Amino acid sequence: MEERAYDAAVIGAGAAGMAAALRIAAAGCRVALIDREDHLGGILLQCIHNGFGLHRFNEELTGPEFAERFSGQLVDSDRIDVLLNTTVLEMQSEGPTKSLLVCGPDCGVLKLTARAVVLAMGCRERNRGNLGIPGTRPAGIFTAGLAQRLVNIEGYIPGKRVVIVGSGDIGLIMARRMRWVGAEVLAVVEILPHPSGITRNIVQCLNDFNIPLYLSHIVSRIVGRDRVEAVEITPLEAGRPDPDKTFRLDCDTILLSVGLIPENELSKAAGVQLDADTGGPRVDARLMTSIDGVFACGNVLHVHDLVDWASAEATRCGDYVVAYLRDGVSARPQGRVLPGANVKYVVPHRYLPDAENQFSLRALIVKDIGTITVKRDGKLVKRRTLRHIRPAEMIHVKVRPADVPVVEGADPEPLEIAIE
Amino acid sequence: MEKEIICLGCPNGCRLCVTERGRGDIEVLGQQCDRGIDYGREEFLEPKRIVTAVVRTDSDTVPFVPVKTDKPLVMDLIPKLIEELYRRETRLPVRAGDVLLEDFADTGVRVCFTRTIARA
Repeated sequence: MEERAYDAAVIGAGAAGMAAALRIAAAGCRVALIDREDHLGGILLQCIHNGFGLHRFNEELTGPEFAERFSGQLVDSDRIDVLLNTTVLEMQSEGPTKSLLVCGPDCGVLKLTARAVVLAMGCRERNRGNLGIPGTRPAGIFTAGLAQRLVNIEGYIPGKRVVIVGSGDIGLIMARRMRWVGAEVLAVVEILPHPSGITRNIVQCLNDFNIPLYLSHIVSRIVGRDRVEAVEITPLEAGRPDPDKTFRLDCDTILLSVGLIPENELSKAAGVQLDADTGGPRVDARLMTSIDGVFACGNVLHVHDLVDWASAEATRCGDYVVAYLRDGVSARPQGRVLPGANVKYVVPHRYLPDAENQFSLRALIVKDIGTITVKRDGKLVKRRTLRHIRPAEMIHVKVRPADVPVVEGADPEPLEIAIE
Repeated sequence: MEKEIICLGCPNGCRLCVTERGRGDIEVLGQQCDRGIDYGREEFLEPKRIVTAVVRTDSDTVPFVPVKTDKPLVMDLIPKLIEELYRRETRLPVRAGDVLLEDFADTGVRVCFTRTIARA
């Protein structure tokens, strides 16, 4: 079998993978960037709506435009080998060397070796099986992202009368998209008492078209033999379905926008330790997983709401990979990071004392104004007022070196980040 | 006339109450900052949106290419624009930023490609 050796291999050429690969190559390292699709950019290419890049580029771009900001540079770089149409079958760690078994119609079966690997495989959509919606199993049930691909890349319109389950942003964007291609959108059904998507999408994708949003409602049954014919929708009263108030909507298509799961089959098989709260790898302060030299960034690590954040995290990850390739695993002790009150998770799971640490976290609560606190050993090291707290919107906290000084002769105390 | 509008000037999403007192005399209430006044006025008088869509190509491997308006278009004209875009077919190659349609319906809005696709 043919073997090729690199300094680093990046798995997945979406927003995260491209940003990480560019950063590593910019430091002079040789990088393999691998993707199973025939194009760079991953999911960005089907996200033709605008609103990307406000943080990273200070302008509003569409998904394909955001992708091209990176892919152009990638193709020009002579330090990056881009392997498209290429699937990574297996990752193995043999001491300091990682090896990837990859295959594809262009390259055949190849063994790639690298001293560092970046996991950047993104995430996948939760589907009907994850929800367990009762009823028949007819055609016409799609995840929202699949429908988005059909409409925006392949040019197929999946149905004419659509009900959307879940009010995540992809579902909202698809509500508008389906209306613009001439379909009817009858309802968006959300189990929670508040929308999962951002306000802008509620306004511009639902309100603009008078599409009703049923909060605290569930789809209790799917009806139809060969094709979807209707859904039954039941309101929740005090958290329980109230079957007497069930109503029926005749439709031919159901789009599911019910959350995303980091795509970690490959990581799991390689023995990377995962975190139950994020669904992604557990990482240290330098985004390194439980396997030395294997890093993770973007949606494979935890699901981001904005591509700008996924991309920024990947750029940081690139820096950590470069430092690892230069110095190996750092001997500086790290402390644990724990989610406190009202926080679902904090990434990364460890911090470095006397360094700048950037944390991403998700709230468990809806609140218009609150306080975020960072405590070490029970003592407050940072607090900040926070507006517009929503589980759907990621929160960022920076802890500066002075906030977490090194305590000589002791292991770093855990940090706890909470919302009050 | 009175209208409730959610401000999108920032993530706070203030609920604005916009009232037309007389011709051109618009009152905006409920905003936490001045951005809400401009947003509420514009959204009340003439709401506009960026439109994104796909246009058919002459290629089998990449049958559609994405496009967007270079500035927000008056909402009432959106269905007409989409119809126009779905009637068109474009020849590859295209570059992101190339203009597909100049000055749509005398609005000064142009439609540009958002993806670069080489001849397949």
